[in-house]
Amino acid sequence: MTTIPAIDVHDLTRRFGSFTAVDRVTFDVRSGEVFGFLGANGAGKTTAIRMLTGLLAPSSGRASVAGHDVFHESERIKRTIGYMSQRFSLYEDLTVRENIRLYGGIYDLSDGDIRDRTDRMLARLGLEHAADAFVRAIPLGWRQKLAFSVALLHRPRVVFLDEPTSGVDPITRRQFWELIYEAAASGTTVLVTTHYMDEAEYCDRISIMVAGRIAALGTPAELKRDFAVPSIDDLFVRLAREAQ
Amino acid sequence: MTTDRATAAVVADAIEKRFGPTPALAGVSFTIHAGELFGFVGPDGGGKTTLFRILATVMLPTAGRAQVLGRDVVRDLWALRPRIGYMAGRFSLYPDLSVLENLRFFASVFGTTIDEARADIAPIYSQLEAFNDRRAGALSGGMKQKLALCCALVHRPEILFLDEPTTGVDAVSRREFWDLLGNLKKAGMTIVVSTPYMDEATRCDRVALIQRGRLLGTDTPQQIAASFDRPLLAVHAADRYRALLALRESPRTHSVYPFGESLHYADSSVDATADSVAADVTTYLVSRGFDGVRVEPATPTVEDAFIARMGAPEGDVARSDQAHS
Repeated sequence: MTTIPAIDVHDLTRRFGSFTAVDRVTFDVRSGEVFGFLGANGAGKTTAIRMLTGLLAPSSGRASVAGHDVFHESERIKRTIGYMSQRFSLYEDLTVRENIRLYGGIYDLSDGDIRDRTDRMLARLGLEHAADAFVRAIPLGWRQKLAFSVALLHRPRVVFLDEPTSGVDPITRRQFWELIYEAAASGTTVLVTTHYMDEAEYCDRISIMVAGRIAALGTPAELKRDFAVPSIDDLFVRLAREAQ
Repeated sequence: MTTDRATAAVVADAIEKRFGPTPALAGVSFTIHAGELFGFVGPDGGGKTTLFRILATVMLPTAGRAQVLGRDVVRDLWALRPRIGYMAGRFSLYPDLSVLENLRFFASVFGTTIDEARADIAPIYSQLEAFNDRRAGALSGGMKQKLALCCALVHRPEILFLDEPTTGVDAVSRREFWDLLGNLKKAGMTIVVSTPYMDEATRCDRVALIQRGRLLGTDTPQQIAASFDRPLLAVHAADRYRALLALRESPRTHSVYPFGESLHYADSSVDATADSVAADVTTYLVSRGFDGVRVEPATPTVEDAFIARMGAPEGDVARSDQAHS
């Protein structure tokens, strides 16, 4: 395990005209950590994630992801990270196998690697029988687990998960989190957003963004103790209300 | 429940809907009382949206019958529509129209005006009025949902069907939205609402748990939570993930899964007391070298009851379905 943080962010700022969407945000995420990136709608989470995934240039500050600088190496970042969102992840009109093959091709994996990793992934997920089913025909819960595995196909050092479990049943949601723990245990760094506040408690550390800034940062236990609240849900609501 | 079916707000009799070989609704029956805040709680793909479309008279059932406000949802749809407020899932407004234009539009569709509805929508509209000229598409998630609720109320309906009004909305806006629903209920409105968030069940008078087109139970949230039929323990350990895997290997485990900051554990013995099970689980984990072990009785929630009732998750059942298709 390396001592350089997998995500290292210092005073990162993004302005749109006179509006500062992300305002001098500073945090780091260790290798193999599961980091919950929380905030109300409009607090600046999406803008921050777009900068960290190399999709949007910051206005000022500095940040690196998997050792690559977000200002100068955004293309390197895109190749080094995995990304999965609840809104879009897999092509519904392609089969499970075709989706895996497509992503493998995008990330320049050899045909042999794609074949090996496809077999292993399908076996791990218990999806061998569905390899040739269209993605639109398989249940949402599977789709999300498959999308996560596909996001890890090229063995990224860091994976960004944007509301990965929205609308998923409570058992599948927990199975999904076990995949996250498993990936983290093998050294992958995970940054995850969620509206399920109980999932915030599953993270090693969390940050809560309010109006473009990080208003709280720490382990769930530390934050509950320091702010004297019974749950992260209560802390979230309190911080967001204070900002109004 | 003793409410006479004739005075019930909604009566559903074995409603079924098929789009293909697998039913979206596999014969659901329930009664919703006038003035009730009634929730359908369950994951995506469970049939919530299909059910709401049928009750809101915008989709025909394949079989079965439903009455809303004493009227048949198929035969009497034109008489029924002006009396129903329906907020479709996701964002159902016109993003390129302003807040005020959206409201005016929905009022005009029902042959009314904002002024006529003002008293009824005031508690919600007062929070939106400052943004009258803003395009609906440029509102925050929480504000969009408030506007959609306002538009569903503008023709002064007698019953509201709100399909996943809080999905994708942050925790603060969700609380505010439920506070608004609580106020509407106090003013006498019958509200039928669906949600994938189990914790929101406690805001309802009664809930139906819905999964794969079937109801897993209908009751007050307190009764549903209390139906969890064995001692439930919250297990804390420094390495929670490894503790989870270790407990899963124990022959005494009935179920164990992450729950908030702890693991929820239920023992295979139904009769053992919580204290004796807690002592055994502690010994089990400590003997396997786990640090920071703390085990204490936990109060089951609606989510625990849902997990216990749903059996195999979505994927595992579909898997056997697909095996022979």
